[in-house]
Amino acid sequence: MPLVYAGICSHAPGITGRAEQADPGARDRLYDAFDRMRKEIEATRPDALVVVAAEHFANFFMDNMPSFAVGMADSYDGPIEDANWLGIRPFRAPGNRDLSRRLITEIMKSSDIAYAEEWRFDHGIAVPLHFLTPDFVLPIVPVNINCQGPPLAPMERVWAFGQALRDAADAVPERIAVVGTGGVSHWPATPDSGKINETWDREFLDHWSANDRARLVSYRDADIYVEGGQGGFEIRTLVAISAAAQGAAGVVQHYESIPIFSVGCAIGRYQLPES
Amino acid sequence: MSLYYVQKFLFELNRSSELQERYTSDPSAALGGYELTPDEHTALAEADIGLLYVLGVNGQILMHFAAFHQIAWADYLQLMRDGLAVHGPVRDGVYAATGYEGVSAHSARLGQSSGLAPTSAAREAVSNSKLCEGN
Repeated sequence: MPLVYAGICSHAPGITGRAEQADPGARDRLYDAFDRMRKEIEATRPDALVVVAAEHFANFFMDNMPSFAVGMADSYDGPIEDANWLGIRPFRAPGNRDLSRRLITEIMKSSDIAYAEEWRFDHGIAVPLHFLTPDFVLPIVPVNINCQGPPLAPMERVWAFGQALRDAADAVPERIAVVGTGGVSHWPATPDSGKINETWDREFLDHWSANDRARLVSYRDADIYVEGGQGGFEIRTLVAISAAAQGAAGVVQHYESIPIFSVGCAIGRYQLPES
Repeated sequence: MSLYYVQKFLFELNRSSELQERYTSDPSAALGGYELTPDEHTALAEADIGLLYVLGVNGQILMHFAAFHQIAWADYLQLMRDGLAVHGPVRDGVYAATGYEGVSAHSARLGQSSGLAPTSAAREAVSNSKLCEGN
């Protein structure tokens, strides 16, 4: 049935791992926004949550790097990071192998993807789940877009993947929610970590809210790196959600730069007809 | 230079508790199966974060290596900055390929400060490194 929810959020490991070092007000405003997002997702009564992420060499490496990959397992363990470092205890998130297989089969009709029957969640998925399904009860379908090891798929292909994901979600009888998580500007785990280009972030988020395909697919990595850093490559995850929303308008419900989290923290959603 | 194998070792170390145990007990032996230059071997065996960054290791892999060695976040960032000061610009990988402009120039362009202040632990770690003594 038609997609029930499409949104975006940040996933930086500092959000949970360095929470006590952040300005309490900024941290709590972000946590409140995550909680609102959780409630909005729950209100759509999803059967599964597809998380479109940009994992960080936890499962995929340059020996055999897929541009797009979808998980196909009945459960997923995490976090792969040290639990104390990340501030998230070890967990086993439920999956749905049968649903994954049907989604993958549909996506393959128009987008070339890899699938993975093993997948250990890193912070890129663990942080969103920590807030959005804190008891790990909602079945997860993990998706990865390679945003770390160039060459990376161009935005036009990301858009095509997002469209294929939407078509697949609409084709299965389950109620599917989808969340993209990555970006916006940041220089994660580098000497520039903590820098945030808020102007660039807000411009991108304006394009995202408007679901402006022409502008969203015009982003090129050489320019992204200059203005948004290596972490900016992860806007692919957000652009995929724009494509999945099929022209719906969006709203950025939260944005605030939190340098100790190394990112401008954003949360938003598209207003889908059925939601 | 074999950045691929440097990063592959770190990727596998992050995923394998067995490799973590072997690396902890005998770093050089654990590195034996990887095609590394002497500098790369030493940097991995001695957990030289600054040199590994300059060699081109992706921060998304390197930060886990730092966490494995119980290096605090602020110290980790400073070790990379000190690595740039000691060894010069990043030589390979995504940061080099895209033309890294340097911490200060980058901050100036963005109109921001350089971020976290140096820590005594980071300074001590760098001053104790052989590579630093040679400069």
